[in-house]
Amino acid sequence: MGKILMKGNEAIGEAAIRAGCLNYFAYPITPQSEVAEYLSRRMPEVGGVFLQAESEIAVANMLFGAAGCGARVFTTSSSPGISLMSEAISYISSAQCPVVFVNIVRGGPGLGGILPSQADYFQATKGGGHGDYRLLVMAPASVQEAVEMVMMAFPLAEKYRNPVMILGDGLIGQMMEPVEFPEHLRSEPSNKDDWATNGMDTRKSNKPNLVKSLFLNAELLEEHNILLKAKYDRMKQEEVRYESYNTDTDYQALIVSFGTMSRVCRTVIDNLKAQGFETAMIRPQTLFPFPQEPIKQAALKESCKVVFSIELNMGQMVEDVERSVQGKRPVHWYGKAGGDVPTPEEVIDVIKSFF
Amino acid sequence: MQREVMFAGFGGQGILLIGNILAHTAMEEGYEVAWVPSYGPEMRGGTAYCLVVISDRPIGSPIIRNPMHLVAMNHPSLEKFAPMVKPNGVVVINSSLIHIGSDRDDVDELLVPANDIANDLGSIKVANIVALGAFVARSKIADFELVRQCVKKKFSSKKKLIPINMAALEEGKKVAQLK
Amino acid sequence: MAKTFKKPQALSDQPTHYCPGCTHGIIHRLVAEVIDELGIRGRTVGIAPVGCAVLAYNYFTFDFQEAAHGRAPAMATGIKRVRPDLIVFTYQGDGDLASIGMGEIIHAANRGEKFTTIFVNNTVYGMTGGQMAPTTLQGQRTTTSPAGRNVEEVGMPVKMAELLSALETPAYITRQTVLKPKYVVRAKKAIKKAFQYQMEGRCFSLVELVSTCPTNWGLTPVEAIKWAEDNMLPYFKLGEYKTPDTVEED
Repeated sequence: MGKILMKGNEAIGEAAIRAGCLNYFAYPITPQSEVAEYLSRRMPEVGGVFLQAESEIAVANMLFGAAGCGARVFTTSSSPGISLMSEAISYISSAQCPVVFVNIVRGGPGLGGILPSQADYFQATKGGGHGDYRLLVMAPASVQEAVEMVMMAFPLAEKYRNPVMILGDGLIGQMMEPVEFPEHLRSEPSNKDDWATNGMDTRKSNKPNLVKSLFLNAELLEEHNILLKAKYDRMKQEEVRYESYNTDTDYQALIVSFGTMSRVCRTVIDNLKAQGFETAMIRPQTLFPFPQEPIKQAALKESCKVVFSIELNMGQMVEDVERSVQGKRPVHWYGKAGGDVPTPEEVIDVIKSFF
Repeated sequence: MQREVMFAGFGGQGILLIGNILAHTAMEEGYEVAWVPSYGPEMRGGTAYCLVVISDRPIGSPIIRNPMHLVAMNHPSLEKFAPMVKPNGVVVINSSLIHIGSDRDDVDELLVPANDIANDLGSIKVANIVALGAFVARSKIADFELVRQCVKKKFSSKKKLIPINMAALEEGKKVAQLK
Repeated sequence: MAKTFKKPQALSDQPTHYCPGCTHGIIHRLVAEVIDELGIRGRTVGIAPVGCAVLAYNYFTFDFQEAAHGRAPAMATGIKRVRPDLIVFTYQGDGDLASIGMGEIIHAANRGEKFTTIFVNNTVYGMTGGQMAPTTLQGQRTTTSPAGRNVEEVGMPVKMAELLSALETPAYITRQTVLKPKYVVRAKKAIKKAFQYQMEGRCFSLVELVSTCPTNWGLTPVEAIKWAEDNMLPYFKLGEYKTPDTVEED
């Protein structure tokens, strides 16, 4: 199949279908309502389920129920909507149900604005709801990558029995780019007979399955949390994804940036190279697990004097970059949080001011 | 080599569509493309714009303050974007609605009475296609024949609109070749 | 010695944690009997609420999910939409359903989601220690209305069966009780009807059950039954509020 020109939001909806997810529950919110509009038309065509719920709270609990009985499900929303879903995300994480959430982030806090933002980095990677849980978080930098990450998200959610979040932004959602839907990323839903409430009749064993998050006994809750932590540790071992850019040069500065902002930084690196000044970038594709070791190694290169965390927020990922660099190089944050994406020139000025 | 085109005008003038057609054509030609719409506060007050980025390499920042070219379909969008166009760019001005110039002597300014031409063809709605035809012919940003094919494809579900849109493209091209 | 009654297959052997005189045990049994009689245990999924029945899954022998507080109807919606062949019911108390989960129950009912809700109304938050609920009666003392429910401040108790039967879509809305054996027979019939309607693919059904909470009311089990009969039944009137037939007549 050739490339088609598609809006990010529509491509995300189509990617889920191509991945084999035919169940979508959602509530409208800018800047991602096109996903719901697209799927309200597409799901009936493929015999899938589309439901516009009364609130994001209801959406997330519908996902919980549907995933709990073994179905492949997903939703899309934007920041304030994800805040409302965070209650259920905590429950879903504890009950170990595979669900895919797409957050087309908008500026905050509060109602904020609807322009591109990465202000939900903390919410996505540190747990937006209560309790010790982690989401596997992926951040696409193009419409094509959004498609691939959505398609990868379902088998990953099922592998870990854990929610996966795709953290995009308004630009990824609204922009049109050529996309291809890779056939090899289509995956069959895994067998969930040993835990899902899919009805005892459908299973060999006559033992009821239970999807729950309540552990009143201290030892049992401790045991449960240890089990969850083991999964997160395994993600750190097996799921770190990142892209290096211009790291084979004797760069003097290392940039860490993701999503839309990383595209600006790629232009920054190209333009600086043309001026005879080498810089490089590590672009985290997974925000959790965070590419801690690759960033550390890249920062430790002898030519590298300084590390920048460049984000569309007031400085969130910079904390993880600092944790990665472990004080071995100075780490600086630069970013904007109003929805105005910094231009390459603005970023270049910031970098040059350190030399 | 990267080229950027800003299409701007009133909502309802078909701005997003002509941007889409150009992006589509460039994709068919094998280029990397990005089509970035205005969304948010910029959309209110009637101004709609979209930016099309065409490149032979993966596109870095799709947000461009200084586009190479501009197609301005109304007065406010010319005032807003003309000062930002890079030197030597093409600035198409819909002279049916805009009675000022770009005030730039370092760009290739092309006056196209797009609304009048469209009216003469029988529908004001094809003014955007007139402007697109003029812009493509003048800037040579894409193969004209491929643009024709893409316009046909866009109207494949409304086939009776294809002839008038083809005529609109040709009329736009004629204006571009006049001077 | 021969057993005088047999435990339903859908009910587990585990002794319940409910207080003496609490009606949850009876209602669990009725639900289990109905599931046995309809032969649907192998395709039923129950949803436990947050409240005294949070551990309900320990007492039934079929698949169960445990919802966040008030969200059981959304969870049931999710299950039923992706697996219409499963028989799904929520089991909710008054705090869960009529307070924090009011939005979820109304919208699920209004969409005509094809599941069944068993709504246990005992006028208090039982599990958290007897605080005022949306169904606490006028003047009734609770740990958060020590001077009695002041309707000037918090309004009159919510009548869920009436409220939901104002919606066009639901198939079956009824209010029953299990205070006395004669009521229990009717309550079981209502629960069975609700499940049968679901099996027939009809829209949302709800059985509200006027219940007791002797512990939090500060009464003995016998006194609690009398209190409920004297105070609850005049306000929460028993009866069929909406049946599929009345819908068809419209």
